Amino acid sequence: MTDNDRPDPDALLAELQRAEELARRGRLKIFFGACAGVGKTWAMLAAAQARVREGGEVLVGVVETHGRSETQQQLQGLEVLPARLVEFHGRKLPEFDLDAALARAPALILVDEFAHSNIPGSRHAKRWQDVDELLAAGIDVYTTLNVQHLESLNDIVGQITGIVVRETVPDRIFDAANEVTLVDLPPEELLDRLAQGKVYLGQQAERAAEHFFRKGNLLALRELALRRTADRVDAQMRAYRADQAIQPVWQARERLLACVGPGADGEKLIRSTARLAAALHADWLAVYVETPKLSRQSAQRRARVLANLKLAQSLGAETSVLAGAGLEGTLLAYARSRNVSKLVVGKSLRGGASRLWQTPLSERLAQAASDVDVYVVAHELDGGNAGQDKTGSSLLFSDAQPAARWPGYLAATAACALTTAFAAALLTVFDPANVVILFLLAVVLVAIRWGRGPGVLASVLSVLAFDFFFIAPKLSLTVNDTQYLFTFVLMLSVALIISQLAARLRFEARIATYRERRTRALYELGRELAGALTAASVVETGSQRIGELFHARTLLLLPDAHDRLQPAGDAVGFDPGLAQWVFDHEETAGNGTQTLPAASALYVPLKAPMRMRGVLALIPGDQSQLASPEQQRLLDTCASQIALSLERVHYVEVAQDALVAMESERLRNSVLSAVSHDLRTPLTTLVGLTSLLQGGRLDAGEQQQTLVAIAEEIQRMNSLVANLLDMARLQSGVKLQREWQVLEEVVGSAVRACAARLAQHRLAVELPADLPLLDYDAVLIERVLVNLLENAAKYTPAGSAITIAARLAGDVVAVSVSDDGPGLPAGAPERLFAKFSRGAAETNTPGVGLGLAICRTIVEAHGGRIVAENRKPHGAAFTFTLPLGQPPALTLE
Amino acid sequence: MNEHPATVVFIEDEAPIRRFLRTMLEHAGLQVHDEENGRRGLIAVAARKPDLVILDLGLPDMDGVEVIRQLRDWSDLPILVLSARAQEAEKVAALDAGADDYLTKPFGVDECLARVRVLLRRHAGHSARNEQVFSFGQVRVDLVQRLVFRNEEAVHLTPIEYRLLMTLIRHAGRVLTHRELLREVWGPNHSESSQYLRVYMGHLRQKLEDQPALPRHILTETGVGYRLAP
Repeated sequence: MTDNDRPDPDALLAELQRAEELARRGRLKIFFGACAGVGKTWAMLAAAQARVREGGEVLVGVVETHGRSETQQQLQGLEVLPARLVEFHGRKLPEFDLDAALARAPALILVDEFAHSNIPGSRHAKRWQDVDELLAAGIDVYTTLNVQHLESLNDIVGQITGIVVRETVPDRIFDAANEVTLVDLPPEELLDRLAQGKVYLGQQAERAAEHFFRKGNLLALRELALRRTADRVDAQMRAYRADQAIQPVWQARERLLACVGPGADGEKLIRSTARLAAALHADWLAVYVETPKLSRQSAQRRARVLANLKLAQSLGAETSVLAGAGLEGTLLAYARSRNVSKLVVGKSLRGGASRLWQTPLSERLAQAASDVDVYVVAHELDGGNAGQDKTGSSLLFSDAQPAARWPGYLAATAACALTTAFAAALLTVFDPANVVILFLLAVVLVAIRWGRGPGVLASVLSVLAFDFFFIAPKLSLTVNDTQYLFTFVLMLSVALIISQLAARLRFEARIATYRERRTRALYELGRELAGALTAASVVETGSQRIGELFHARTLLLLPDAHDRLQPAGDAVGFDPGLAQWVFDHEETAGNGTQTLPAASALYVPLKAPMRMRGVLALIPGDQSQLASPEQQRLLDTCASQIALSLERVHYVEVAQDALVAMESERLRNSVLSAVSHDLRTPLTTLVGLTSLLQGGRLDAGEQQQTLVAIAEEIQRMNSLVANLLDMARLQSGVKLQREWQVLEEVVGSAVRACAARLAQHRLAVELPADLPLLDYDAVLIERVLVNLLENAAKYTPAGSAITIAARLAGDVVAVSVSDDGPGLPAGAPERLFAKFSRGAAETNTPGVGLGLAICRTIVEAHGGRIVAENRKPHGAAFTFTLPLGQPPALTLE
Repeated sequence: MNEHPATVVFIEDEAPIRRFLRTMLEHAGLQVHDEENGRRGLIAVAARKPDLVILDLGLPDMDGVEVIRQLRDWSDLPILVLSARAQEAEKVAALDAGADDYLTKPFGVDECLARVRVLLRRHAGHSARNEQVFSFGQVRVDLVQRLVFRNEEAVHLTPIEYRLLMTLIRHAGRVLTHRELLREVWGPNHSESSQYLRVYMGHLRQKLEDQPALPRHILTETGVGYRLAP
């Protein structure tokens, strides 16, 4: 067996994922017909009745019976979902109730008229989107569709019948249906039914009926429907062959590129490309190229380009707007960068004259591109690229307001006047031929500075002024010497060429600026997000940057532990319900999209590789900000950057948690070993000592010594246990019982508490008499002092001096416990305050190293610090500080 | 001690502590009854009419403070409370509910018997109240003439300081909570301004103790209150 026979694992995996996805989704069955009246609704209801008889659960979501009795009969016994009334222009119109259907969640729902457009204000613009949501919720759907409503066949049907239908369903939706049942009726029978009045057509259709229901039309439509169904069967066959690993040959993947112009022919071009792409099973792209020539479009044409791109998007294309100086160069560069194999362009139908000096785009492309096929699509008569509007604006630079032009023309006039005056002065010295150069200079400068229009004006004015003032006969426009005519023509053409060059230069500069700004915005967003360490700073940076970039009010919504979105900021004007929908469905919705387009805000899902991270909502200050595909792509890029940052921050937190868990695991182990060591030692001693006593072999003096030893061991265990309990309590959160009190008191009670252990030491207390009241928790500060005193007693030999002292130091009181013992062990004193560290590592002085850790916790909870240092000449000093604060005023007698 | 041995009822749920307490108290010549929970303890107190009750605050069946309240409904016999360290709030609650003193576990025999004796003496009517002169350390207080001497030198006390000292003397040997002291010295309306109490207590120490920072008589029970140790 060779490798060639083995199915591609990636393909198998994709197939598996598709099957899984399908298993979760509901099944879509389309009852497909050539035109109205063939009996689709009837067939659908009949199928539903059959399902009911098999014991299935069926809900009628929406069915239009048009009062036909046969259809009405089929409805009997089926549960019908009440319609939702939607207010539109003051009237209440019935509409399919999607939410009720989702809540009811039947096994199968009937939704008539797949191509229906919902009333504005509904969640989705189109009914097929409602159906998509039903399917996503795992509900099976039966629906009906006429061939003329299929997006790619829409214009063909229009051509055949002369009636253009606006309600369309994308082909991919049709192709993705699990089942398509063709409801077929021969044209003769349909016409019969029509004659008998069995087909209701609606008012509008009634008028067109005569034209529409001609036998020729019906035959054509029937053929279209049959052929489309056959295409589907063909595709299924291919899918089956792929499933069975019948892989004939490896095929280069085709990719088509449609070049959309500003003309009305764009729509046809797009549909043709879509059909071609579907036939070739290829990806396709649609681009609009903005060149200096095309950069000034009227608002109407601009809208048409955007509409065309949107149509292309809805037909499955990836769209973009390119900018470049030359049309074919830009197109080909893009085509090569995207591995496009076929270019599709419209055929320009120009007047005969212009053909002489301008090669059509298709030919230019074909000449320039040897590696790319060029397809030319014929189109109906249209203005082509006639009539560029001077007041138009660029598609790319939506922010570029058309600058007022009159200052340019004014300047041109002024420059000519000035030059004329100057030339008059110079003419006394120089030849007229040289003075002409002066005019030329003025024209060039005007053209560079103010563009083509003023440039042309300047050149014309210059020619006129030169003629009028300096060419004989002076002060007249008549020219005696024909050679000056040549001069004029030369001046005019130089001016035109220069201004053309200048305009192109400025356009390219603008493109560069635009790209630079876009890149910089992304770069800055990326850099700032990279620096963000918490979700809060990602939110702040993200919403601020995007707000600036799109001149919009932004809000980020992040999910909580239960995947409910919580706004991270001012949510006024935003719709949390829609945001949640976007989050749950991972689709963009709101302003300008297919879902709730009337909403004031646009909601973009923040999709990260692992999961959804939230929703970005923005209310643009100016609608045009988000209209162009470039801006949308920029927004998408920003959104995914934010999503990635949120995911990164999330995993940083996860990693930190893991680290903390590891650390606490390590700590727990060290606690266990330390505690077991320190508890076992005294216990072993106690067991030994008591068994000695029990043995009865000790004399009275020895017995007494043994008892003292036992008492000592017990005392050690007691303080060890006390420390462990203290630490546990402090770790679970210190709640201070602060009160204003004198320091003296707590020193006194601490000394008394460890009097027994200090018996062998010399103790001195040095407290200034004028210490103010301090705000502290007496019980806890007593623990600090007791621990420090016990440490001093433990680590210094008997007879050492221990001093408790306090002094004012700025805005704190520093309290110290010092001794004249051997001093601190070598190494960083800071380490002493860590849990389970002990001065002398393996000495026989017992006690888990908790005392100083407890001290530090308590002191820091009071807003103070604790340090350890060595004293001169020897000895250790532990000093902690307590903030002074503002003691309450006391009125003493 | 009295001619008739004093009777002590103690309520403690831990058997080893019960055994230790019984041994210790019987050796001190007291008659001892022990109970292991609050309900039975209350019945025992009513039946035996003891001279002292020793009560563990952590009982299995009811809150120790609740036992004190119920006892105080019908009896003013002395109550000594046993509690663990770092339960200052509980101690204060018990004392404010009517307990007379407390002992922190673990405690030694001497400490325990000292507390028991102070309470038994008070119950027997040997209060400082009946004395004309009260002395502790180098200090002598003439209760009739209201004069205070330290090392036989007259000490001037302000009226509040004197009232504070008198309150401590009246309850010598037992702990007084901040609230009790404030109520007795300043009256019932001043039970919250404890910083005054601390300042005046400091003044008393300055005037009466040899080393005010290491007092031997006017002791601070941290987190609970003060005690005059004669």
